[in-house]
Amino acid sequence: MSQFLSQLNGTLRRFFATPVSSLLNVLVIGIALSLPTGLYVLLQNAQGIIERFAAAPQLSVFLTLDTKADEVAQLRKRLEQHSAIASVEFVSRAQALEQLKQGSGLGDVIGGLEHNPLPDTFIVHPKTGSVQALEALRDELKSWRRLERVQLDSDWARRLEALLDFARTALLLLAALLALSLVAITFNTIRLQILTRRDEIEVAKLIGASSSFIRRPFLQFGLLQGLLGGLAAWGIIATALILLNLSLADLARLYDSSFILNQLSPADGCTLLAFSAFLGWLGAWMSVTQHLRKIEPR
Amino acid sequence: MIRFDHVSKRYPGGHPALSDVSFDIAEGEMVFLTGHSGAGKSTLLKLIAAIERPNGGSVLVNGQNVGALKPAAIPYLRRNLGLIFQGQKLLFDRNVFDNVLLPLQICGFNHRESAQRVRAALDKVGLLNREKINPIALSGGEQQRLCIARAIVNRPSILLADEPTANLDAEYAGEIMNIFRAFHQVGSTLLISTHDESLIRQGDARTISLKHGELAA
Ligand SMILES: Nc1ncnc2c1ncn2[C@@H]1O[C@H](COP(=O)(O)OP(=O)(O)OP(=O)(O)O)[C@@H](O)[C@H]1O
Ligand SMILES: [Mg+2]
Repeated sequence: MSQFLSQLNGTLRRFFATPVSSLLNVLVIGIALSLPTGLYVLLQNAQGIIERFAAAPQLSVFLTLDTKADEVAQLRKRLEQHSAIASVEFVSRAQALEQLKQGSGLGDVIGGLEHNPLPDTFIVHPKTGSVQALEALRDELKSWRRLERVQLDSDWARRLEALLDFARTALLLLAALLALSLVAITFNTIRLQILTRRDEIEVAKLIGASSSFIRRPFLQFGLLQGLLGGLAAWGIIATALILLNLSLADLARLYDSSFILNQLSPADGCTLLAFSAFLGWLGAWMSVTQHLRKIEPR
Repeated sequence: MIRFDHVSKRYPGGHPALSDVSFDIAEGEMVFLTGHSGAGKSTLLKLIAAIERPNGGSVLVNGQNVGALKPAAIPYLRRNLGLIFQGQKLLFDRNVFDNVLLPLQICGFNHRESAQRVRAALDKVGLLNREKINPIALSGGEQQRLCIARAIVNRPSILLADEPTANLDAEYAGEIMNIFRAFHQVGSTLLISTHDESLIRQGDARTISLKHGELAA
């Protein structure tokens, strides 16, 4: 344990002995990681928007014109007690006509109608927003008596979800590619370190250092570099989001809305750090496995 | 302690460097290994430290067949050996003290005990007041003594030295031989190769002579 710590101490000193090249490496890794991380944050935000708008969708349930008032009351009760339904609003035929008159500017035309062509309507707010649940609910309600038509406006949500799915696949590809580049960067850094410390490795082997003792500083270095690279990526994304939100605030004022992009959650940030540290360790491990074998005392 | 049993060694594409060499070195013995240049002295020492492996016969150290050791077991063999080899490397990225500290770090000694042992080793080779400087600033003889300090710091039971006095003037060479004699007196086993016969005092120690890779009588 104390050996581990003293080796870690040496690793840290070596890292900061060449601050410029170490920090450049960290920056390169940080930038590489910030691309998929940024895309991930945008997707998370888009997902949030979809959930806010589309996943609080509503079903419009139109009753037949001859439905009587007591039947309406019964239906309302039945809908309210349904386990998949959160709440129900009732819009009577008269209210609907009134809304149409005022909202459409067609007051004169509508006023000239002999009788009200609009049905009584329930606006149903379901509990869950998933497309399947909505469709199941729609199909169930369709079979009820007195319901003329059940309308579910989920097409745009479905299209957006498909788009998000596509973006998620792209994100995975991008992340895999940049993870590979992180491993490659670390592999090369460690290769150069092994070359410059050749004498030390030879001496260490000659005086009985175990291979884990010899490998450890390099693995620590790779892990550290990956970790700091992940931290840099987090910092880059956080800064970018703050700047974006500043300009979004101006935009939002114009449109009278208050929309901001959410930051990377702490849990996701920690996942990022763990992932980048692991990749750094992996690159170092591959490099060490490849290059240390060739160095033997003679 | 060290036993060679019909050992032969041939480097790839060369004539035999050692052929049919057998001898025994008992615990606490000090033995000189002599022979002309190219006789196979370095090769013999490398076989003991598992830097090279024999092509035939067996090399036993403490009853262990060194030629058959798994790579993972070699470090533990070497921790019992103090190696002072030709063209040995000092590390010029650290000072004298840290060069000698390295074997102790590898064995995982704690700080306080390490520092004591390093100073004791430096004291034995007369470099105690130079611990803070970089070894590049040491003379050839001082560098050689630093190598000895590094080899003895973890108190190995066996010390192997390959021409430890090469390129040194007689005065330095004598000093270094005195260090070895002191080490011998506290019970260590020593095998020292040299082609400078004048270093070997009469009756001082046994001599094993090599000639073209074979034991000379
Ligand atoms: N790595 C090697 N590859 C091929 N041949 C080698 C190697 N090392 C030594 N030899 C050969 O083995 C023979 C013995 O060499 P060795 O180094 O053991 O001699 P030595 O007695 O130590 O000589 P010196 O006094 O010059 O150091 C020599 O003929 C040498 O050329
Ligand atoms: Mg030699």
